[in-house]
Amino acid sequence: MTIDLKTIKHISKLSRISVDDAKANKLAGDLNSIFDFIEKLNELNTDNVEPLTSVAETTLKSRADEVKSENIRDQILKNSPDENEDFFVVPRVVE
Amino acid sequence: MSDITSLTLTELVKNIKDKKISSEETTKAFIDRGEKSRDLNAYITEDFSNALLKAKSFDQKPNFDLKLPGVPMAVKDLFCTKDVKTTAGSKILNNFIPPYESTVTQNIWDVGAILLGKLNCDEFAMGSSNETSFFGNVQSPIDKGLVPGGSSGGSASALAANLTPITIGTDTGGSIRQPASFTGTVGLKPTYGSCSRYGIVAFASSLDQAGPMSKDVKDCALLQEIISTYDEKDSTSIDFKRNEYSKELTNNIKGKKIGVPKEYRVDRMPKEIEDLWTKGIEYAKDCGAEIIEISLPHTNYALPTYYIVAPAEASSNLARYDGVKYGFRSKGENLIDMYEKTRSEGFGSEVQRRIMIGTYVLSSGYYDAYYLKAQKVRKLIKNDFEEAYKKVDAILTPSTPSAAFKIGEKTNDPVSMYLNDIFTVPVNLAGLPAISIPAGVDVKGYPLGLQIIGKAFDEQNILNIAYAMEEKIQFRNKITDWWIK
Repeated sequence: MTIDLKTIKHISKLSRISVDDAKANKLAGDLNSIFDFIEKLNELNTDNVEPLTSVAETTLKSRADEVKSENIRDQILKNSPDENEDFFVVPRVVE
Repeated sequence: MSDITSLTLTELVKNIKDKKISSEETTKAFIDRGEKSRDLNAYITEDFSNALLKAKSFDQKPNFDLKLPGVPMAVKDLFCTKDVKTTAGSKILNNFIPPYESTVTQNIWDVGAILLGKLNCDEFAMGSSNETSFFGNVQSPIDKGLVPGGSSGGSASALAANLTPITIGTDTGGSIRQPASFTGTVGLKPTYGSCSRYGIVAFASSLDQAGPMSKDVKDCALLQEIISTYDEKDSTSIDFKRNEYSKELTNNIKGKKIGVPKEYRVDRMPKEIEDLWTKGIEYAKDCGAEIIEISLPHTNYALPTYYIVAPAEASSNLARYDGVKYGFRSKGENLIDMYEKTRSEGFGSEVQRRIMIGTYVLSSGYYDAYYLKAQKVRKLIKNDFEEAYKKVDAILTPSTPSAAFKIGEKTNDPVSMYLNDIFTVPVNLAGLPAISIPAGVDVKGYPLGLQIIGKAFDEQNILNIAYAMEEKIQFRNKITDWWIK
């Protein structure tokens, strides 16, 4: 199997990572060599194998559904790349 | 007393408790050495002035009952530290200041330790040489131009160079054990669920574990008993009885059954690795252990499985970096354009490559062929270990297929870089604990490590085996301080 440029462009769109043609070409080369290596798994017949869902075979603990707010809104907003007093700001999404 | 910075953690704690040295003196010594060692590029963020203030305040009201009384230490920059910049080695988190503390680091501060700073690592812990960090590659103190391994390369370099008495790293596919092996230090990857993942920048959530990196096995046991706690903030944290590992440490391993898996004799394995392994087997026998040949038949499939599972989880975990709420943001014409440019400019090439692999194997039409297939093979790999553990108590292998390599030697060939993790990855896939201890050197004098893999939750047993073997091996790291002018 080979991953062509069209596929690379498609994956980059799904990944929300813009790629120009030069980068797409480099990625295609890298991904093809990595997938050549991954294809080794096809040697194995896994028809009757249950997929692993968790390494630790324990049941998850439940807990009370309580709000544990530390009221750190200002600290959180401080990390925002484009802030005003109360909101996260993004480019306009409605005309 | 010898130089403060060359003491083991256990010796350092004893000296502080005996009031032979103060926290301030200790902290100053590590800061001085850190400042002289900037050419190693081990730190991303130095927090030296705060560390000194904390040390002074410890000395004013010392509490010597604590396990790490006023002991300064630096940690991998993958742990969120409240009010101290946390980057994960990435441009996309270059200005991120966490409003909260990771559980593992909180556990360390709670017993008296003091943060020196944040250590360099591969970007989002994706790498085996610390060359993918946005903040530049890290130098190994072992030799100029040599990689310290990765992804916890800054941690390994800082520890081996005596910039910190002990440290913590994270291990998703070998990121503690491989750099420990490359730098002549000890590194433990605990059982999955042993140390809380809360507040650790996520890479691959079903594989990530934090663990100690230390100068010897006793120090490793001590830090492990501090960082391993049940934590309700991590839904995969497991509530089991944890030992006081350092107190229960013993070098009596008579009659322990240690397995040697024949599949780890890989093609083209360098003779020095083969010899190291043979020597390791002899040491284990000298300690009274019984060596049993075992088979882990799916070993060869572990790396391909890992390179589906880890990128798949990473692509999902890293979807949160979109330039909206925190981190780097690029200008875009509209929202989608902003996302795409932010991620294209904010992530380095290895991270982008892995996000693309992960997105592809999870995408419509490919999920069954890749991701589901990999999870099935992962089950077979886990079953291999379960079968083996019916016959043995632990497994002995080399930690890596070679000693450390030169900076730039493997950066153009991702698959050859990935092969570094061939002996460490199966352990993460099966969620088991494993420790790497220094056991010899290659022809150039570069350190080589042996790995001891345990049953789930059996950290005490592999620490004991490592402790007994360490005594026989008598490894001494040769550090010449070549980087200090």
